[in-house]
Amino acid sequence: MISRRHFLQAGMAASALYGASGFGNWGRLAAQQALTQNDLLDFQTSGNVTLMHITDIHAQLMPVHFREPEINIGVGDVIGKPPHVTGADFRKLYGIEDGSAADYALTYDDFTSLAQTYGRMGGADRISTVLKSIRADRPDALLLDGGDTWQGSLTALRTNGQDMVNIFNALGTDAMTSHWEFTLGIDRVMEIVENELNFPFLGANIFDTEWDERAFEPYKMFERGGVQIAVIGQAFPYMPIANPKWMFPELSFGVRQENMAEVVAEVRGKGAELVVLLSHNGFDVDRKLAANVDGIDIILTGHTHDALPEPVLVNKTYLIASGSHGKFVTRLDLDVRDGEMKGINHRLIPIFTDVIAPDPEMTALVDAQRAPFQSELTEVIGKTDSLLYRRGNFNGTWDDLICNALIDEREADIALSPGFRWGASVLPGADITREDIFNATAMSYPEAYRSEMTGETLHVILEDVADNLFNPDPYYQQGGDMVRVGGMGYRIDINKPQGERITEMTLLKTGELIDPAKTYVVAGWASVNEGTEGPPIWEVVENFIKREGTVTVDPNTSVKVVGA
Amino acid sequence: MKFTRRETMLMALGATAAAMLPARAMANVDDLVAAFTGGADIGEGGLTLTAPEIAENGNTVPIEVDAPGAVSIMVLATGNPTPGAATFNFGPLSGSQSASTRIRLAKTQNVLAVAKMADGSFVQVSQEVKVTIGGCGG
Repeated sequence: MISRRHFLQAGMAASALYGASGFGNWGRLAAQQALTQNDLLDFQTSGNVTLMHITDIHAQLMPVHFREPEINIGVGDVIGKPPHVTGADFRKLYGIEDGSAADYALTYDDFTSLAQTYGRMGGADRISTVLKSIRADRPDALLLDGGDTWQGSLTALRTNGQDMVNIFNALGTDAMTSHWEFTLGIDRVMEIVENELNFPFLGANIFDTEWDERAFEPYKMFERGGVQIAVIGQAFPYMPIANPKWMFPELSFGVRQENMAEVVAEVRGKGAELVVLLSHNGFDVDRKLAANVDGIDIILTGHTHDALPEPVLVNKTYLIASGSHGKFVTRLDLDVRDGEMKGINHRLIPIFTDVIAPDPEMTALVDAQRAPFQSELTEVIGKTDSLLYRRGNFNGTWDDLICNALIDEREADIALSPGFRWGASVLPGADITREDIFNATAMSYPEAYRSEMTGETLHVILEDVADNLFNPDPYYQQGGDMVRVGGMGYRIDINKPQGERITEMTLLKTGELIDPAKTYVVAGWASVNEGTEGPPIWEVVENFIKREGTVTVDPNTSVKVVGA
Repeated sequence: MKFTRRETMLMALGATAAAMLPARAMANVDDLVAAFTGGADIGEGGLTLTAPEIAENGNTVPIEVDAPGAVSIMVLATGNPTPGAATFNFGPLSGSQSASTRIRLAKTQNVLAVAKMADGSFVQVSQEVKVTIGGCGG
């Protein structure tokens, strides 16, 4: 673990580099004190290059509540290291006071009450204000988007990502990389990339399956402050495995570590003095990549939705984690001289909706994207008595609700909901609007299937997904959190090899152990299989909530975790 | 609707279990290596095997082997019912001693490459390739 003090020491020891990081004033402001926009934006402009990083916004143009995970287990070499630190341990590591604004923004405890105090976070119009303020100091600051931008809301779904393309063009984005973008289908992606995007769509690890040739630009060179900067893009490596391959059948991805080393050598050969990797690998994969590939100064991480108040130094590479859902923008001021990085000044800027003034131009543009769908978005479907959230390795109340809906509406014994990390939270006592439901379900393969599976098949599935999360080598981890299970409990020993992690699978309605030979009715959604049939999941969830009126999600105690 | 077993597992975000390697196949791998090396000791280094960590499609997994100075490189898919995947021979006029191909992997397993060098020595390298049906990508 690198505390702030250690980060600074490590930084200096590594390359006589100077640096600063942390919260500024806002992190220490007590709940009763009013935060001001200045507290958030006050920053000593330094060096000659400024980078601004946004990632994993998941189409959230409007301010949201988003609860960070309680359970985020690290395995192998990363046990107990950021980002695998949550709650009180996280606050201790970064010196965050309980009940402070930083506590609310970065950890999970007391989320509901702190949300009353600090309000929503994000909003494209607030983000725009922050970017404009940074550009006032450093007009040529680069804005880099780590992807998962065009998916995650009703409007992005209905417009095939057009709303997000319009907004990110208007924000003045300089480059992006990708993951969920490809679930719009390859034809739509190419249409956007070729005709609509004002900036490059980078992916050094995207190749065509037939000839193994590059399918997208691997990097883009920029000159800023007299410095040659290479921004290399790395798309989500497990795209055809974790998401439906049939939507982009001619593309191959992968970590491709050797390829990355070659690209870094190529850009250095072209005179890059600063090498930035705009990555959708996920934090642990980036940590390993940084250890194994020399020559990358900065990795702007993505995919795993981690928000870290300080960079993590690996080898000579600084890993930056800028959160998700529009909650944060990272500002990095870099001092690059004589072909190398001499200084780094970092700030994870929280987008407190009530503190940062909206940029009226951007408000108008966001309103224009939403106008055609306004009545659909705002329709109240029901109410919740429980906090609805998704993040966490095993279960979240949103997915518990979705599983309850699947079991009920589709008359199943057991329900499966994928371990996605996206989805805004809904506070207890609040109305559930159709927009809220889509924020947790909007994607292009939503069919809620109903099928029969043997106990043995269910075990194989859970073991496979568990290994994709808890394999000690991050290059063998495939992406999401654990599949959420309704109607069935199990015990998981995360340190066992694949095939031995999952035991005590129990059918909750009878309390009986799952029989490997017996057949169970299973309902689920988001199958990666082409031709899956069933109603879209949002319809299933909406019908369930309508019928219940007010939903309550009981605490989930059906997963026993061992070895964490 | 009806699903095949494979489709059912795809649908449910699941995949093949890492089954134990059958004893017969293992013996087969040892036999093939012994036949290739003539029982000589096998060292390490000088042979690179490039393969994906997780196969995007187990039916066609791209692999590449590279061993400067090698005269022959054998590639085995150790977990397949028939492990022999390829043997590349390089003549004296070969510009480089590297080759790439695509192999089929029945399940998660180690891919093993053994190279015979010009001086008659042998080196090997292996890498695990995970075959998963996936889903759940966050």
